[in-house]
Amino acid sequence: MIGDEMRRGDVLALEGVSVWRGGRQILDEVGFSLAPGEFTGLIGSNGAGKTTILRVVMGLLAPAEGTVLVNGRPLARRNRSVGYVPQKVLIDPDAPLRASDLVALGLDGEKVGPRTPSRQRRQRVEEMLDAVDATAFADARVGNLSGGELQRVLIAHALISRPQLLLMDEPLANLDIRSGQEIVDLLARIAEQQRIAVLLSAHDMNPLLPVMDRVVYVAGGRVAVGTTDDVVRTEVLSKLYGHQVNVLRVDGRVLVVSGSHVSLDAIPRQSGAPAADASVEGR
Amino acid sequence: MEGILHALFAPGFGHSEPVRTAVLAGAVVALVSGAVGVITVLRGQSFAGHALSALGTLGGSAAFLVGITPLWGFVTSGFIVAGAMELVGTQRRSGRDVATGLVLSTALGLSALFLYFETIVNSTTGVTITILFGSLFALNGITLPAMILLGIVCLVLLALLYRPLLLSSVSSELAAARGIPVRTLGVAFLMLLALSAALSSVTVGTILSSALLIGPAATALRLTKRPAVAMVLAGVIGMVSTWVGIVLAYDSYRWPPAGKGWPVSFCVVAVLFTVYLLTGLGSRLRTARVRQRRAGAPVTGQPLPTVRQG
Amino acid sequence: MFADYMLNAWVVATIVAVVAPVVGFFVVLRGSAFVAHAVPEAAFAGAAGASLLGLNTIFGLGAFALGASLGIGMLGRRGRHDVVTALALVMLLGAGSLFLGWSTEYAPEIYSLLFGEVLGVSGNEIGLTALLGALCLGAIAVLYRPLLLTSVAPELAAARGIRNHRIDMAFLVVVALATTTAVPVVGALLMFSLMVGPAATARCLTDRPLHAVVLSVVIALLTAWASIAAAYQTNWPVGFFVTAFAFAGYLLAHGGRWIRNAYSRPQAPLAGESAA
Repeated sequence: MIGDEMRRGDVLALEGVSVWRGGRQILDEVGFSLAPGEFTGLIGSNGAGKTTILRVVMGLLAPAEGTVLVNGRPLARRNRSVGYVPQKVLIDPDAPLRASDLVALGLDGEKVGPRTPSRQRRQRVEEMLDAVDATAFADARVGNLSGGELQRVLIAHALISRPQLLLMDEPLANLDIRSGQEIVDLLARIAEQQRIAVLLSAHDMNPLLPVMDRVVYVAGGRVAVGTTDDVVRTEVLSKLYGHQVNVLRVDGRVLVVSGSHVSLDAIPRQSGAPAADASVEGR
Repeated sequence: MEGILHALFAPGFGHSEPVRTAVLAGAVVALVSGAVGVITVLRGQSFAGHALSALGTLGGSAAFLVGITPLWGFVTSGFIVAGAMELVGTQRRSGRDVATGLVLSTALGLSALFLYFETIVNSTTGVTITILFGSLFALNGITLPAMILLGIVCLVLLALLYRPLLLSSVSSELAAARGIPVRTLGVAFLMLLALSAALSSVTVGTILSSALLIGPAATALRLTKRPAVAMVLAGVIGMVSTWVGIVLAYDSYRWPPAGKGWPVSFCVVAVLFTVYLLTGLGSRLRTARVRQRRAGAPVTGQPLPTVRQG
Repeated sequence: MFADYMLNAWVVATIVAVVAPVVGFFVVLRGSAFVAHAVPEAAFAGAAGASLLGLNTIFGLGAFALGASLGIGMLGRRGRHDVVTALALVMLLGAGSLFLGWSTEYAPEIYSLLFGEVLGVSGNEIGLTALLGALCLGAIAVLYRPLLLTSVAPELAAARGIRNHRIDMAFLVVVALATTTAVPVVGALLMFSLMVGPAATARCLTDRPLHAVVLSVVIALLTAWASIAAAYQTNWPVGFFVTAFAFAGYLLAHGGRWIRNAYSRPQAPLAGESAA
């Protein structure tokens, strides 16, 4: 495993986090950290433990071992410095709720007591909608939005309370390639402009390659952390998986395939070769 | 009410005609309700099931007004209401419950009107209570053959529709992809539900018939994961509970508060509810034992969402 | 129609027509119409029990409404809400039939608890109704934002640190409170239709949550007033008119929306992904 020592000013730091469930170990000594403005991909196949890591970071799941520090402090359940966009949000199209209402609920949706409407609030909601290019459908019912539109509104909902860390659970899973690319570009822009650390989980890293600063690669509950070039290599991933896997780079795309896969014998191996895509760079 | 008194003062439990009818009718209703109930619970349509039996009040009160047997009033109104629910309702589960509620309250309003006319004509209010709560002991022999016939119709229909119903309750998209007309099937099931609700309405009363529909089914689904087994099991649980309830009610006139029998409906429901709670306790103990191993305890108690992508 | 003895009916109906739809907005939003139907109906058993013991029926009503709500909330935590609701409802109704079986003399009173008897409200009941109603509105005002978020997107609420189950329980208590407010004076049936009907109608007419709340109150008030007037004229039961008017309103709003959609569809661009 490639280690990741704590850096000063880290937004998030996990150390030796282990989680068991039903007698099965889900996470095994997971550790990594995120700096402000950093765009990190949480990459792994289905069931590798990505969602579990996100739930631990959110404080919805207490790890059996290890520490989670947000801004250098232990995790509290109600943490306004962490914004989260779940993978699947189903909203009833019959619910009378506009996109702007949902974004406004991001501001103080958890607070009890009446709120006084103010120009400042409204302005903030409008700014946020503008930042995610959602002004066009601000007054549409949330339940009637398309997948890409809803994703933008959810990002605005998560970001309006000015978190320092944004967690995205598989935002690209239900989107077509173009909408997915737009979301990725939007997130990269926001991370850079607002100095927010973005942790985005995905099973395919290719759409993220141009923007990803670092990768947290998950397999079997363990992680390898570093830049794409450091981590996505045959030796590193083979060690992580515990069996032979091959990393192929074709036309700027990265493929991770199991070494025992028969049909791959015909494909020339390029493992260890420098990245074909110049935009994949370290920090 | 007179039926109860009559039963209580009959010479012995086994020789009492109303008791024998009650035992037989209870068995028929419990078997049918159990089988239909399992599908109802799987489809998440408990409210529709309850509404259809409660709506029997409408048919019942209309039948009293017109002067026909309540059973046919129940059946007719059940069909009409099932159709209305499907017309008003949407495919989404939340919208469906709202539609069910609206149709239910409208029909109850209508039955309030019918009962009002009835009290004007006959100046009695006892009718309301009989329709709402019914009484196994107040059945007469004439309805019994009709009930058995309707019960058989229900079971045959259910057996015919079993597989598409199961598939569409798991996922309506999957069912539609296989060419199953999901909406038509939904209406057909509501009709079936109305029929079985009508059956049980006559025995335990409109409101309490939900108990025979949902109680045994929910209990059985806790005990087994296989729907077909659950349907049979639910029927058996319902039947045994009904019989125990009848015995309790028959004996209860010797219990406090002195001299007044406990209603059969209450006894049956109490037995069903107790069995449901006990199975819940049993399964909780079992899972607690499994969980005692080392585990990262979730703060919220919600299950970990499984990661699922294409 | 506005004679002294009718005045109470107008006042009480107005109170209920303000409280019920505000609670009902969330009932419809959460899709928990069954719970809203079950709690008032189950509470009647409490009234029957209280009258058996010689207590004021409102205590029995309140206790059973609260018990039913909390029971549904706790038992339904892991399993399915609707199954637990059905079982709690029949159990309490069964208890109601037991109490009635022991004291047959209260049948007419129970009849009025189910179907309502708004024309026979006495003056000293109004104070309590108003107080409980105000309490209900206050609770909803305090819980408004978390309740809205948990109702539309529980995942987002959980991510903000809201404990969905607590909000759920709090809301069930509010439903129980509203039940205790309304059932003794207007009956379970009326209460339920004023909760669900206007709220379901209002959400066809507006996209804004607050507008929908206000609109459903307006619709409920119109329904209640028109029903009392009609009942006074015809001598038919108020319950019939309330349910019929509420249903008619719902059908009208839905029909209107359907026509609007049918007309606007040809002009709309081919939004293939809008259903996603």
